Amino acid sequence: MNVHEYQAKELMRQFGIKVLAGKVAKTVDEAVKVAGTLKTKVWVVKAQIHAGGRGKAGGVKLAKSLDEVKTHATDILGKTLVTHQTGPEGKKVLTLFIEEGCDIDHEYYAGLVLDRSTGKITFMASSEGGVEIEKVAEETPEKIIKVAIDPAVGFTPFVGRKLAYGIGMKDKEVIKKASAFFEGLYNLYVAKDCTIAEINPLVTTKDGDVIALDGKLNFDDNALFRHPEIEEMRDPTEESEKELEAAKYGLSYISLDGNIGCLVNGAGLAMGTMDIIKLHGGEPANFLDVGGGATKETVQKAFSIILSDEKVKAILVNIFGGIMKCDIIAEGVVGAAKELGVKVPLVVRLEGTNVALGKKILNESGLAIIAADDLADAAKKVVDAVQGKGA
Amino acid sequence: MAILVGRDTKLVTVGFTGKQGTFHSLQSRDYGTNFVGGVTPGKGGTVHEGFPVFNTMKEAVEKTGANAAMIFVPPPFAADAILECIDANIPLIIAITEGIPIVDMIKVKGALKGSKSRLIGPNCPGIITPGECKIGIMPGHIHMPGKVGVISRSGTLTYEAVYQLTQREIGQSTCVGIGGDPVNGTNFIDMLELFEKDKDTEAVIMIGEIGGSAETDAARWIQKNMTKPVVSFIAGASAPAGKRMGHAGAIISGGDDTAEAKFRILEQCGISIARSPAELGETMEKILKAKNG
Repeated sequence: MNVHEYQAKELMRQFGIKVLAGKVAKTVDEAVKVAGTLKTKVWVVKAQIHAGGRGKAGGVKLAKSLDEVKTHATDILGKTLVTHQTGPEGKKVLTLFIEEGCDIDHEYYAGLVLDRSTGKITFMASSEGGVEIEKVAEETPEKIIKVAIDPAVGFTPFVGRKLAYGIGMKDKEVIKKASAFFEGLYNLYVAKDCTIAEINPLVTTKDGDVIALDGKLNFDDNALFRHPEIEEMRDPTEESEKELEAAKYGLSYISLDGNIGCLVNGAGLAMGTMDIIKLHGGEPANFLDVGGGATKETVQKAFSIILSDEKVKAILVNIFGGIMKCDIIAEGVVGAAKELGVKVPLVVRLEGTNVALGKKILNESGLAIIAADDLADAAKKVVDAVQGKGA
Repeated sequence: MAILVGRDTKLVTVGFTGKQGTFHSLQSRDYGTNFVGGVTPGKGGTVHEGFPVFNTMKEAVEKTGANAAMIFVPPPFAADAILECIDANIPLIIAITEGIPIVDMIKVKGALKGSKSRLIGPNCPGIITPGECKIGIMPGHIHMPGKVGVISRSGTLTYEAVYQLTQREIGQSTCVGIGGDPVNGTNFIDMLELFEKDKDTEAVIMIGEIGGSAETDAARWIQKNMTKPVVSFIAGASAPAGKRMGHAGAIISGGDDTAEAKFRILEQCGISIARSPAELGETMEKILKAKNG
């Protein structure tokens, strides 16, 4: 789960990380009003969307007067920003963050990620801040200092020193402040179950402060059960309505661009099903994993979500029953087809636990179901169906 | 015995008395696994479905001589259950549970180092040596004893591969699901190493997916160390970047973790790839024919 910059900064403040004073605004008037309450001569008007690269896309602007705050707020609010992380359709700005300015001396980068191959949290810092870190990693990897943190030991003072000296900080007081900053960020990462914590840029100011100028936090969905305070920060306008609806029923659904709806059990097989549809010349409309604990009702729900996508011209149900029983899927398919009136071709491939019973339920339903023998046959039949070749 | 589990395996289930724990423990027993009991704190001393229930893993090991544990504990408590198994020196722990927080698994991974335990999973279907021992949620009847090892990050894709093999009368030595989470107990290389040494295995199917570098690390290891043929498929060629595809670990974050990049590196390392998940059995059949004449 992602949060906005202003929410990330609230959390950082709780962990002793220095951030600038700032306030949230939903309208232009509000933006000017909250800007007036900040004790500063320079304001930064920032678009709040769940994507990086906002500055380049015109979503972050400096204002030297309240009039300029108004101009920028008018310009940014409601605008659709297209950045390297939003995709070509972009993201509409619904919220602004008005922050005081500061006198920057140098821009750095600091980030924490999970190193999957070692199973350790890795701290990264660089003297090259304010630019895409992926680019730094590719062009000048030596400019990124990394420290893998042993989970049994946690953050110790050397980690802070290695990072601060490593990125070229020299002043003793700055080193001290930076070390405390890094420690706070690590503590936040672990305490709040982050998967990514990234400060880009982290800046030193002319008067020797170490400040998080931007902040990106990403949280482990599996750990949200123990963080109701993070769950509360969820911005539904940033997420797909259908994906959220599916999640309520324990379904894992992702909308795609094609016209073949997919209903599969297991994440791997769901991906494999999309892949094989593509190999046969079709385009999947979605990823959908009904999971191992699906009931007749959740299968019906899955169907209604797939059918709510008007692009869908055929549906492929591909089930390899293990923990999931084929008869339950079959009952759900029949129930959904009858209740929702499925008008597009429906190709069903069943295999595994209780397969005979599942096939019997489908056969006796009187529905026009195209039965498939195996995975390749299923893909071929559903692609033929959307291409009007019949079955 | 092929690898890790066989006739000598004595299984206990942690979370035995729950609905799923009960169902799959009994399924394992019915398949022929030597199931000896369960652990559910607070229910120690009772008998469930004819098997003894213990309060702690320590007691379960002392009373039953168990050497494998299957974890069916809900996500908030699953890491603790694994840690208890490590403390009890259980040689093999299989965690079926999906949804364990990453920070918890980082601690478990740390505790596994230098311990006497190996962890398979979490978020996996389990492990089976066909005809001998089944620990997990896979449908036993699709398997057939034989000489092909199967390793996978996905449950249902493993069944798909096994089914294709069995239909061609190609049996399996051991099938292991290593799980779909970003931090797991055992990786592809650990399993490949065991299959390479195992006299009952003559070839391996490795099923990977997008996200992380486990498959590319394995590809390089295979090129250097493996004498037995490997067939591989990577799921997610059609997946968009930045989206979590069901599994917590199946997300393209850039670089070499796309299906395309993994296929390329696997091929460069001399591994036979199946571009379609429907061609795993066929590809293996061709390789075995070429090998055995």
